[in-house]
Amino acid sequence: MSVRRQKLYSKEICACSIFGAMSRAGERFTGERVIRAMASMHHRGNGLGGGFAAYGIYPEFREYYAFHLMFTGDARAQREAKRAAEEFLLRNFDVVHDEEIPHSDDVHVRDPPLLWRYFLSPSKHGEDIDLPDDEYVVRKVIHVNSAIDNAYIFSSGKNMGCFKGVGYPEEIGRYFMLDRLYRGYLWTAHGRFPTNSQAWWGGAHPFGLLDTTVVHNGEISSYGTNRWYLEMLGYKCTLHTDTEVLAYAVDLLMRRQDLPMEIVAKILAPPTWETIDRMDVRKRELLTALRRIYAPLLMNGPFAVIVAQSGRMIGLTDRIRLRPLTVATRGDMFYISSEEASVRLISPSLDSVWSPRGGEPVVCEIDGMFEGRLEHEIAGAA
Amino acid sequence: MEEVQLEVSYGRTSNESAIEIDASHMDTRELNSLLRDLMLSGYERAVLRNVCGQRYIGTRLYSPQRRVMTIEIHGTPGNDLGAFLFGHRIVVHGNAQDGVGNTMASGEIVVEGRSGDVTGMSMRGGRIFVKGDVGYRSALHMKEHDQKRPVIVVGGTSQDFLGEYMAGGVVILLGLYGAHTASFIGSGMHGGVIYIRGEIGEEQVNSHVLISRPDDADTEILGSQISAFIERFPDLSLDVDCILDSEWTKLSPRSSRPYGKLYASTAPD
Repeated sequence: MSVRRQKLYSKEICACSIFGAMSRAGERFTGERVIRAMASMHHRGNGLGGGFAAYGIYPEFREYYAFHLMFTGDARAQREAKRAAEEFLLRNFDVVHDEEIPHSDDVHVRDPPLLWRYFLSPSKHGEDIDLPDDEYVVRKVIHVNSAIDNAYIFSSGKNMGCFKGVGYPEEIGRYFMLDRLYRGYLWTAHGRFPTNSQAWWGGAHPFGLLDTTVVHNGEISSYGTNRWYLEMLGYKCTLHTDTEVLAYAVDLLMRRQDLPMEIVAKILAPPTWETIDRMDVRKRELLTALRRIYAPLLMNGPFAVIVAQSGRMIGLTDRIRLRPLTVATRGDMFYISSEEASVRLISPSLDSVWSPRGGEPVVCEIDGMFEGRLEHEIAGAA
Repeated sequence: MEEVQLEVSYGRTSNESAIEIDASHMDTRELNSLLRDLMLSGYERAVLRNVCGQRYIGTRLYSPQRRVMTIEIHGTPGNDLGAFLFGHRIVVHGNAQDGVGNTMASGEIVVEGRSGDVTGMSMRGGRIFVKGDVGYRSALHMKEHDQKRPVIVVGGTSQDFLGEYMAGGVVILLGLYGAHTASFIGSGMHGGVIYIRGEIGEEQVNSHVLISRPDDADTEILGSQISAFIERFPDLSLDVDCILDSEWTKLSPRSSRPYGKLYASTAPD
């Protein structure tokens, strides 16, 4: 059969896509299936941002903070940014290894910055000497991102890394050769359709600080309030995108204040006052206190996010689920996605599939085998 | 505009008016264009295999002659399955995503698994049968007019905001697999009716929705729609009388303008 047809206007875009895959047994796998799953949600984005976070990818440097930096601007600006950033890093860290982040020139991407990675450990002096490592690193990251022109640390955890840029996620995945060069036990990914903010390499998701990363579909309309509150506590928002505040809020609540995810979810996406009024007295008091104390961290507006940390992946939507999130399991594998089809593409059979209630976090943690298994893998590789 | 040539080749099944299609490498537009070509060439049944995320399946299938076909889907169809559906029948042998039956006009969608958020959103006519549960905001702004009265029958339950801004039509939750935990049911509801089998608390339902027991006329509607549901899912081995003989709750709007005075208490009714 042969049919003649008018070619239609082919733009068909709608929203962001988010995806996460984690092996609860700590088995590491390449980004190949994650890229395929993201490609199946191609039409959700518009090619103005794609990115991945991968955990367990640097076992040989697992003791060291892995910094991924981008140097933007023209070649001269990039060189100058690199020089200034390196001078700062060498003054404050012991750098054990550094190299350009490998990328494939076969994949065409728009205006790639110079991308470099450093494996380092803190070298504290002066009044910083008593700071815990993580706090020290956070302060230095904030300094580079806010005070050194054209230099951005977009990944700063141990044994993990963010890879992101302007393009469709499958292009960014191939650009960084995530299907060939890395194996991780946890991957998250994002396809972007920027609404209120500009598309640039630093503004692509994931956003991260230390080993916490966030990919986000939606819009944080409380950004102004959230930012004001976080900046009061020492964070600086430098990436021109609403999602940035989520990464810092999670760092503040989980690392600095040591709150469990169940509580953090109720701060970011609290139940309505109407719902709180119907709770039993203890729960009501707790939720009321959280809403009062943490009012400036309430994330208003529609969102679905995947938060990842070493050994843990969390899915959360706003309290009335204005953005989609589907969760699925198959054996040791745990998936979170904007769409079930993308999970079925790489895992046609699933043990369970569900959509969590708005404001209720879904938390997947690696089992106790994690440390041993990684040790074992390193021994096996050597 | 540029014209493109589309070559289509496929094997025919024993039934000449039926056809089997491997959708694994087709995008949304290709698949829907192919379905349209098939409908116009007289096919009455299309079996789609390896469907994975293609959207709007069954849309653009309008014809002045009101041709109808059955579309069977193996795999996971993408969002807005059966959008603007015009009299066709879609059967999904699995789960469906968000927006099933978005603004459908007539016809029928059968989902043998679960269905996502906004199932039956803005639906104008026809019926949707979901064996499992449905997500948030199902029957959102569903409406009826004259003889057209859309119906959604769900085997399980729904998540929050069922029947939000509902303006017409019928929604039935059979509650076959567990308790109803949804909240904010019927927020902004100003038409239509929701029937729920099993316990439902007053606090789960929006305050401008009237909670009552179904009367004889309601039971008649329930009987015929539940029988249709049972017919589509024979493996559930359900008995219509047994289902009817349970605790049922009817939800209907108290007012045709629930938010008439939201912003100014002096607004006209």
